[in-house]
Amino acid sequence: MFSWFGKISFTPCTKVAAFAEHLKEGRLVGSRCKKCGSENFPPRADCPNCLSDEFEFVEWHRRGKLLTYTRIDAAPTGFQDMAPYVVCLVELEQGGRAVGWMGESLKEEELRPDMPVEIRPRFFEEIEPIKLYLSVEKP
Amino acid sequence: MSRVGVVAIGHGRFGRREDASVQELAAEAFREALADGGLERKEIDAAIIAAVPEYHKQRSLTGLIMEYLGLNPRPAWLCEDACASGSAAIRSAWMAVKSGLHKVVAVIGAQKMTELSTPEILALMGRVGEVQWESIFGTTFPGYYAMLARRHMHEYGTTKEQLGLVAVKAHYYGARNKYAMFQKEITLEKALSSQPVASPFGIFDCCANADGAAVVILAEEERARALAKDRVVWLDGLGCATTTMSLLRRPTLVSLPSAVEAARQAYQMAAVVPSDIKVADVHDCFTIAELLAYEDLGFCPRGQGGRFIEEKQSYIGGKHPVNVDGGLKAKGHPIGTTGVSMACEIVKQLRGEAGERQVPGADVGLTHNVGGNGQYCFVHIYKKE
Repeated sequence: MFSWFGKISFTPCTKVAAFAEHLKEGRLVGSRCKKCGSENFPPRADCPNCLSDEFEFVEWHRRGKLLTYTRIDAAPTGFQDMAPYVVCLVELEQGGRAVGWMGESLKEEELRPDMPVEIRPRFFEEIEPIKLYLSVEKP
Repeated sequence: MSRVGVVAIGHGRFGRREDASVQELAAEAFREALADGGLERKEIDAAIIAAVPEYHKQRSLTGLIMEYLGLNPRPAWLCEDACASGSAAIRSAWMAVKSGLHKVVAVIGAQKMTELSTPEILALMGRVGEVQWESIFGTTFPGYYAMLARRHMHEYGTTKEQLGLVAVKAHYYGARNKYAMFQKEITLEKALSSQPVASPFGIFDCCANADGAAVVILAEEERARALAKDRVVWLDGLGCATTTMSLLRRPTLVSLPSAVEAARQAYQMAAVVPSDIKVADVHDCFTIAELLAYEDLGFCPRGQGGRFIEEKQSYIGGKHPVNVDGGLKAKGHPIGTTGVSMACEIVKQLRGEAGERQVPGADVGLTHNVGGNGQYCFVHIYKKE
């Protein structure tokens, strides 16, 4: 199911594959280590703090701030039909970061590092089977 | 403690080399190194190949290069650390010599990048980042450095013009380097008006894929003195560090933490400070990368990289001449070879053999070679006596 996440998937096999199922239901999830309580976004099967492999998914807040962004004009394979597109790096209030695409509620000219944003799960409407991504929007 | 010295260097022409295969490129640089050091093949005990395999149709290139250069049955192995493979190989050679296992080791950087078709290149370009969470959004190499540039502009007021000045300097010196891919000067207007790649970068903010080879030969102290006499240049400081591959967990976006740590190690080992460095070759894969290098290496205070280039402090005659061979930007970037090429330039400078690009009084030099988006960095410090 993890292959649902992203226009192209390079990582179909992962222990955190359920991330994509949650995303499909509109939930953003990170991971919590059952041993030491360390929380991570994006989720990790193996705790970076204590290396335990016992984890559970926890719902994650979508609010954050835009750290930086770039408009990609020269796109790689699989993304040329979308170019130009704006890639954003977002720091989440709850911790962790996410990469996503600038969504329709924002304009490139309005983007400023450190501005408040929110990430939302989105479906590619034109692509079958299920394809999901993260969209960076006005809060 | 015995030292390890460079006894020979060889450099081939970089560029779109439609006339040569990868082993033929290696032969150009290897032949030049033997001539440079007055060496014969029988004096070499082992070879380390620096190359990034995914660009070559030939799998396990090391075997072919050893055969083609007539180096069998000597031991050989490959070093790969993305764009820092060349320096990884030099570090490996230093360890091999220092351990006493081998006395004379050839480091052969050889890379052919332009044989791949455009779709193959574009597919590779889409997998430079962390592929599970980042590459699925179509991130690219220029895109990653562009995001670092955007953050640097935001925090320190660095401008597009300052980035452009890095390209202007690179091409100024590239025009004076016969091995460079681009041997033509450019104006700031041209640098700024270039075709958009990944905002804020245009094409002149980016280095180009290239074909090319370079060789350095290292030897233990006694052998080095016997072979190279007063032309020996010592590799006295080695630093190497890593940071996160993904920007998702990178501790800072306005510095390469791997470079800061590698520099600290190298300065300490060589017992020098930044102000001792008379000439440096740094990893300017994108214009912002050179500004980050000035700051990470301690050539200027944090955030002042833009001003440093504006004041021409990195030109010959400035505080710290940097990339006076044209850098990756003008030389071209045959990724496995680049670190070896940097070493060749610094050795040439320290010997006083750099011709019209010679930095006067260069007795301590540095290379700064970054792999990937910054996840690896090697800093090497060379001394003349």
